[in-house]
Amino acid sequence: MPSFTDEQIKRYSRHIILPEVGGKGQKKINNAKVFCVGAGGLGSPVALYLAAAGVGTIGIIDADVVDLSNLQRQILHATSDLNKPKVESAKETLTAINPDLKIVTYKEYLAVDNIIDIIKDYDIVLDGSDNFPTRFLVNDATYFAKKILVSGSIFRFDGQVAVFNHKSETSPCYRCLYPEPPPAGLVPSCQEAGVLGVIAGTIGTLQATEALKEILGIGDSLVGRLIIYDAFDMRFQVVKIHKDPNCPLCGKEPKIKELMAYEQTCHL
Amino acid sequence: MPVKVKIPTPLRKLTGNSGDVEIEGKSIGEMIENLEKSYPGLKERLCDETGAIRRFVNVYINEEDIRFMQGKDTSLKDGDEVSIIPAIAGGC
Repeated sequence: MPSFTDEQIKRYSRHIILPEVGGKGQKKINNAKVFCVGAGGLGSPVALYLAAAGVGTIGIIDADVVDLSNLQRQILHATSDLNKPKVESAKETLTAINPDLKIVTYKEYLAVDNIIDIIKDYDIVLDGSDNFPTRFLVNDATYFAKKILVSGSIFRFDGQVAVFNHKSETSPCYRCLYPEPPPAGLVPSCQEAGVLGVIAGTIGTLQATEALKEILGIGDSLVGRLIIYDAFDMRFQVVKIHKDPNCPLCGKEPKIKELMAYEQTCHL
Repeated sequence: MPVKVKIPTPLRKLTGNSGDVEIEGKSIGEMIENLEKSYPGLKERLCDETGAIRRFVNVYINEEDIRFMQGKDTSLKDGDEVSIIPAIAGGC
């Protein structure tokens, strides 16, 4: 049994008692380093559950401040946090739940010139960003840096979850699923189209679940499958994600050899 | 024989809010043409001006992506379920 304080044994007892986790697994969780892209709708449940689970180092990037219109779904933040940087509010909430953790905050936008340097310190990246350019940037960067990417997205009443293990050459990447983002203006953002707030909870907790499974090395990984959630009809669907030999990033003759920036399609 | 096609929520305004429609078609290409006849405007959302399926929209027969079969020429059989799944990016 790895060494824990009495307080830790009690705090994590419902994990430790699981034969699939145990003290050894809990230690893996405590030693894990995960990075959350966004402290918004998806980032909130992701970070809350990973902090509660005891993930030792949680990095969070978000350049925004808390706005009243965020509080319908962004459960990291409270009414008393209005106008506070989201990463600051997030750190306070997470530390209140679990003071043992190292919470690293980045109050900036993720971009071509900072992403590699930021993610190099983490094992797993959870994408909860709100626009296509960032999603493709996160995919490409995690591919080049050989990190595990747990991708979640929400829109209106719909959600999608997928895991791309860029440590493995056989894993598909996000571009194998969708080679290119839609042209600017063709697909509305969730600011324009709305989102049922609770969908963020459903999809974010699935992302957190997959992150913990990857940390623990247990169960069937979601790699190679896409989960599609339709809350309107209350239906989950699973389809296959194949590694595309013609993928512009991870295919046999890749065209993308360095990070690139797409035009922002979601103006905030 | 008709196949069942699952319409993603953003496109349901074109199908009178219906999430499942029954459409005839021996192949995906034929199915898309018939979808357009029943629900004008749908094809434009699925295909670009050359008629190719847009790169941010995937079409699945049961759980298989048609890009890894014969694309629009992939044949459909009785009982197949087709799903149209566009990329979504929200997280906010």
